[in-house]
Amino acid sequence: MRQDTALAENAAPQGAPDPGALVLRRLCKEYRPGVPVLKDIDLVIPGTGLTAVIGPSGTGKSTLIRCINRLVQPTSGEILYHGEDLAKLSGAALRAARRRIGMVFQEYNLVERLTVMENLLCGRLGYVPVWRAWLRKFPARDIEHAFQLLDAVGLGGFENRRADALSGGQRQRVGIARAIMQEPNIILADEPTSSLDPKTSVEIMEILSGLAAERNLPVIVNIHNVDLARRFAARIIGMTGGSVVYDGPPGGLTESHLNHIYGGESWME
Amino acid sequence: MTVVEQLNRDWQRFTPLRRLSRFAFYLCAVAALVASLRTIEIIPEFLYDAPEQMVDLVQRMVPPDWSYLKPTLDALVETLHIATVGTVFAIFMAVPIGIMGASNVTPNGPLNLLAKFIFVTSRSVNSLIWALLFVAVFGPGPLAGTFAIAFRSIGFTGKLFAEALEEADKGSIEALTAAGASRPSTFIMGYWPQVRPAFWSIALFRWDINIRESAVLGLVGAGGIGVALDTAMSLLYWDQVAVVLLAIFIVVVLAEIIVTSVRTKLI
Repeated sequence: MRQDTALAENAAPQGAPDPGALVLRRLCKEYRPGVPVLKDIDLVIPGTGLTAVIGPSGTGKSTLIRCINRLVQPTSGEILYHGEDLAKLSGAALRAARRRIGMVFQEYNLVERLTVMENLLCGRLGYVPVWRAWLRKFPARDIEHAFQLLDAVGLGGFENRRADALSGGQRQRVGIARAIMQEPNIILADEPTSSLDPKTSVEIMEILSGLAAERNLPVIVNIHNVDLARRFAARIIGMTGGSVVYDGPPGGLTESHLNHIYGGESWME
Repeated sequence: MTVVEQLNRDWQRFTPLRRLSRFAFYLCAVAALVASLRTIEIIPEFLYDAPEQMVDLVQRMVPPDWSYLKPTLDALVETLHIATVGTVFAIFMAVPIGIMGASNVTPNGPLNLLAKFIFVTSRSVNSLIWALLFVAVFGPGPLAGTFAIAFRSIGFTGKLFAEALEEADKGSIEALTAAGASRPSTFIMGYWPQVRPAFWSIALFRWDINIRESAVLGLVGAGGIGVALDTAMSLLYWDQVAVVLLAIFIVVVLAEIIVTSVRTKLI
């Protein structure tokens, strides 16, 4: 049923307003004055499907994704989402916006000394008062949801394991489940497979794109691996030197585009 | 490279400048030793009969006066109470100040500085001086000793707790921030699980130190076994002094054993 709506929305004519779209306008970030990492980024990221951002290391992919949930403060520009400019939020309004944006990290960023269940419930911290977090008295609905998600990512029965006892692939499954626990409207994934072996990388991308598709959630993924990007993304954004140089479907991404993005040719042989 | 050049290659550990500065350092050290020997005015007569004095003291101590055991044990229990309650007080005060002093949890320069100022104040005053101060406030007795121990310990526990917080993994904190968690929630679910082992380790370590420190507080009238020691020494009852010293020694060793075994279980 949800899938059908997704298709219907995708089929909407170009230019029709997409209420779930994320619009970046002239987004700039300078860590040091005069040295821009992001140069006037203009992007419209649709409200459905998986969008992959590819590009060499140090080109601003992570900065771009971290500007969206304001882990990094943009220097200038607008981030329009659900009628709000995320770049201008602060305090409680920023926290309220952040809890609707799930995030998956390269190094998983779990709390190592907490159990898998506690790590999943960390995804609810934007919703529950601090005393509930302290006494671990989370609402029964959250705990039920956490059990369902553990089953969905293939970690049924792992709820009492400590996060530091898990393998990399298992940790990233917990990371994905924690992001979905937030009941987000969008998921950001910053190099979610870069610390994993090739087989596990594919599994993680399958889980991420599968869970997002079931919930009709848009996903933005930073990714090094062009093959994985081609395989899972409905749309690819190529970045180099802080600017967007390709924005379109995976089928349109040619070798000359890749040359432009990564520079040189010898690496492709 | 010719053979001659290869033969003439030389390697030395220090450059000439470093050799010179090392020589200057040793020269200064010897000069300081000579200068201090000339100013401390050792009285040779005292030095000559030191061995006899030591033997005499030990002879006066044995056999220990076991009838003094009862008052010693009572005073010992008081010392343990002073050390334990003082440590608990110290922790209650040190945790908020430690949070205030950790620059990642409290990103506010003036507050960090205020916390560091409190740590330095607490640590730079010796526990005997704190005890004198609190004897003046509360009068002689264990209450003054407890407060002396507590205030002396804030600096140590608070500083180490703040350092443990600053070493916490940034990634997991970032993840909780990204999930929209408030600062108190981030502390409870992000920082606290990471610093919990360090916290208990610091608390136990300080308790161990405080047992030793509280043993001497009685010298200035702040309660505990130090009072028993002071009384016996003033009256020159060396056989009673022996009992007190033995009791302190046994308790310190026991505390050390307890702390070590609990610590290995915690970490």
